[in-house]
Amino acid sequence: MKIINCPLNGPRNAQEFVHGGEFVAMPDPHRSSDAEWSSFVFLENNTAGVVREWWCHVPTAYWFIAERDTIKDEFIRTYDPSEVFRERVEFAKPPAQGS
Amino acid sequence: MAFGLIKYGLSPRYPGKRFLSRQPELKSSYDVVIIGGGGHGLACAYYLAKNHGVKNVAVLEKGYIGGGNTGRNTAIIRSNYLTPEGVAFYDESVRLFQGLSEDLDFNILYSERGHFTLAHTDAAMRTSRWRAEVNKHLGVNSEVVDREDLKRLVPSLNLSEDVRYPIMGALYHPPGAIARHDAVAWGYAGRAAEMGIEIHQGTEVTGLEIEDGRITGVVTNRGRVACGKAMQAVAGLSGVMANMAGFKLPIKTVPLQACVSMPLKPFLDPIIVSGSLHVYISQSSRGELVMGGSTDPYPRYQTRSTLDFIEGLMAHILELFPFLADVPILRQWAGMTDMTPDFSPVMGETPVKNYYIDSGWGTWGFKATPVCGKRMAETIATGRVPALLQPFRLSRFEEYSLVGEKGAASVGH
Repeated sequence: MKIINCPLNGPRNAQEFVHGGEFVAMPDPHRSSDAEWSSFVFLENNTAGVVREWWCHVPTAYWFIAERDTIKDEFIRTYDPSEVFRERVEFAKPPAQGS
Repeated sequence: MAFGLIKYGLSPRYPGKRFLSRQPELKSSYDVVIIGGGGHGLACAYYLAKNHGVKNVAVLEKGYIGGGNTGRNTAIIRSNYLTPEGVAFYDESVRLFQGLSEDLDFNILYSERGHFTLAHTDAAMRTSRWRAEVNKHLGVNSEVVDREDLKRLVPSLNLSEDVRYPIMGALYHPPGAIARHDAVAWGYAGRAAEMGIEIHQGTEVTGLEIEDGRITGVVTNRGRVACGKAMQAVAGLSGVMANMAGFKLPIKTVPLQACVSMPLKPFLDPIIVSGSLHVYISQSSRGELVMGGSTDPYPRYQTRSTLDFIEGLMAHILELFPFLADVPILRQWAGMTDMTPDFSPVMGETPVKNYYIDSGWGTWGFKATPVCGKRMAETIATGRVPALLQPFRLSRFEEYSLVGEKGAASVGH
């Protein structure tokens, strides 16, 4: 059984975690083009090597960031998102609909 | 007897037939370069030569032919998918498979077994009916069967209601079949080579040469090769190749594991699949039970086998066939699948001109080998994407017109 080091709960069995996808900045949903948004939603870097990803410890519903080597299948570092997000990410108000 | 055989084997009057002629030197230029010598790449080369007379073709394979996912899948062939696009596409593949041994003059051990997708919930029964109706509408033989039918058609199946997920019925697909998967790669390779296609094993593509948005050549570990057109058919490494070409794919590389048991007397004629339990099981012509499950829980570029997988898979297999509890597992392995978000492949044109893609084959690639080879050959030779492949274009993602294929292997409904 693989052990993943959860920043909140310490080392836990890999089965308690789910993979949440690549860590990429979200474009502004109201101002991005269809192509930019579909690229964010669907396209993957799918890097062979060291990647930065979202993971979730399911029993505690705790999301964190992991740096992982996809070739060696090794977790290099896991940390709380507060290391990256110092403040809340705000998007501008959506443009008025219709009229 | 044994001595006679040795004499026969050594006699110059009966020379052994070389399957592939000796590997030639790489030429400096080809009309078409196919990156990846698995079933798909080799089938494409074969149909390029046979149907379109394009013979100045090189297939470049990093390892050996059919050594990737072609030789790692569970060899199931069927067309009982859910989307009309998927059913039409895989149906053509099944038809090509049915005549393939004759077409290639090489026995691929095609064996029509019938295919049952078990349903354990009302939702799964509903999906079975949905799939059966879509299939029948498109002329594919599928029907929903109940527990009484199952008792008669699959006597070894455990229909007890005293299990975690009792079986309510199934989607029955009589044309479902299995074949010897590496024979498919060898058959295509042998016939393609006879027609003048060059197959270069141990030849790794390390870079692409692109000028003005158009492919002009590939860089390999054996030198540079110019080409008019190129196609990548590299399964789990699709993202790495696309990266060289400078575009991104909607693909994650996720390992998929499978295993075989020791050989047993024949007891299981059909192929048994359960989407809810994430298992598929069939008995090969050698008597081994070939078993697979869902993909690993997170992406990796690795083919390591895990105990987690085998434990999880067997817990479910033993619900279906409790008497297998004492049967040893002989081998376990993994392949790197190229999973798409809508469980449909990505085929056709790319942002790079004359550079074609054949990827996104996740857990459903082997059964598409002949149709994909044939239709990609048509795409490359004519420069037009046939209607059958149009729904699977790469640009469907930015158009938000996905092909949600819930009939893919081990997808729960």
